[in-house]
Amino acid sequence: MTTNMMQDRYVLIENVNMTFQTKKGSFQALKDINLNIREGEFISIIGHSGCGKSTVLNLIAGLLQPTEGYLFCAGREIAKPGPERAVVFQNHSLLPWLTCFENVYLAVERVFSETEGPAQLAERTRAALELVGLSHAMEKRPNEISGGMKQRVGIARALAMEPKVLLLDEPFGALDALTRAGLQDELMSIMARSGCTAVMVTHDVDEAVLLSDRIVMMTNGPAATIGEILEVDLPRPRKRLELVEDPAYTHLRSEVLKFLYERHAKKAA
Amino acid sequence: MSVVSFTKEKVMPDSEPAVKTAQAKPVVAVVKPLSTTATAATPLLQKRGAWAATAKRIFEWLLPPVTGLLIFAAIWATVSALTQGLPGPVKTWESAVELFRDPFYINNPNDMGIGWNILNSLKRVATGFALAAIVGIPMGFVIGRYAFMSRMAAPIISLLKPVSPLAWLPIGLLVFKAANPAAIWVIFITAVWPMIINTAVGVSKVPQDYMNVAKVLNLSEWKVITKILLPYVMPYMMTGVRLSIGAAWLVIVAAEMLTGGVGIGFWVWDEWNNLNVEHIIIAIFIVGIVGLLLEQCLVLLAKRYSYE
Repeated sequence: MTTNMMQDRYVLIENVNMTFQTKKGSFQALKDINLNIREGEFISIIGHSGCGKSTVLNLIAGLLQPTEGYLFCAGREIAKPGPERAVVFQNHSLLPWLTCFENVYLAVERVFSETEGPAQLAERTRAALELVGLSHAMEKRPNEISGGMKQRVGIARALAMEPKVLLLDEPFGALDALTRAGLQDELMSIMARSGCTAVMVTHDVDEAVLLSDRIVMMTNGPAATIGEILEVDLPRPRKRLELVEDPAYTHLRSEVLKFLYERHAKKAA
Repeated sequence: MSVVSFTKEKVMPDSEPAVKTAQAKPVVAVVKPLSTTATAATPLLQKRGAWAATAKRIFEWLLPPVTGLLIFAAIWATVSALTQGLPGPVKTWESAVELFRDPFYINNPNDMGIGWNILNSLKRVATGFALAAIVGIPMGFVIGRYAFMSRMAAPIISLLKPVSPLAWLPIGLLVFKAANPAAIWVIFITAVWPMIINTAVGVSKVPQDYMNVAKVLNLSEWKVITKILLPYVMPYMMTGVRLSIGAAWLVIVAAEMLTGGVGIGFWVWDEWNNLNVEHIIIAIFIVGIVGLLLEQCLVLLAKRYSYE
């Protein structure tokens, strides 16, 4: 593969099928998933709940292995989780017995301890927490801070590993609308600075349009697949308030809504 | 005998202040109406109100347990009055005062003070318990962590767990050829099951989220154990430790009755042979109180080591 091709197909998902063995028999979650993600691109995966969005993310993370097909990252097959693919979990998944600093340090230590001393590792940890605006809460335990702050620590932990791909699993799903908006803006500016590739699972249409370069819309499960891919060609940096009245934004938003509620509406469970 | 007379002298000055405070009570009662007449002193009234509320709360808190103990003593006194040979609460109390006047005497290896008996039993429990922790907690980790080990150990544990630990005493005597290690062996067997099982349950219940974090961060097995498993499992382990110590203290009495030597269990048996029933009843209370204290110590320890 040439470098150019590598950049265009930085994360590559080829003919992936995913079948889970359950007590009630086998369940096909994903069918014929094909996706190329460019280096530095921000991709959102959107779909109704239960469509296997998170499964796609877990496959890229290496937490799951596909039943059929292949996944590649930077030209290498994804066989297991690795530090070049950091994950921000939906429920933050911070270890409650460690302080914010220690939670981030755990990740930093794993990635950089072979080449750097403790002082540098601590500096990296502090820098990551500063990046998400949490310098003041470093010594706090997760149960002493708000949900939004916990998610910031989760993001700091992922970014501190200097990943090539940032995987976000409904990162702001559990937050209130105001906190969510603030964190989305921060994530946008962080991503603009770091230039790393991102894949985010979401069920929030505005979030998808605001943050993404492309929106991958998934059909309903079982045997869910990619229905359509929408290019979001809004110029960056994007400003939330300006976009609200931008006709291009409104159009993109309605495209996603039409996909979700006309062509692939889900019967109310 | 000189020791006894010394302690008798010591009791006298102790009882004097008690009499004084009893006399002082009416004085306080006289003061009370005085302060209520001083209507201007509202903060004082509030203070007195708060004090009265605290006193009331303490009274309400103490009332049920004290009532329970009094009813217990009343039933005991009635039963002892109606039957021959069973000493009542007063007689037992007097005997206990006598017994605890000198708890640490040593006449000969077969006649030592009650304090030595308790300490020897505690020593056996502590040794057996420590050995059980050293063996049981790592085993629990391995069983909880690896499904294969869990399934391998399951039949052995389910088979051996319901067996009374005392059934293992002859094996202990056979292997160790001495009473003391055999008693420790019985305590070990008693304490080891709750430790293994609770640790294993804790390890197997570690949320998948935390294990996913471990996988994504690519943590080493050592880091997984020290940073994720151990902190998460600690409360489960403490439950195991509490159950173990409770059971071990239950079993030591029976084990010592069979093995002899110096210890609270053997002491009970000895007093039965002497037909000293007061002492047997005292022993029941001692075992209960020591068990309660052990449990409370571990509850405090558990609180100290839980992360929430």
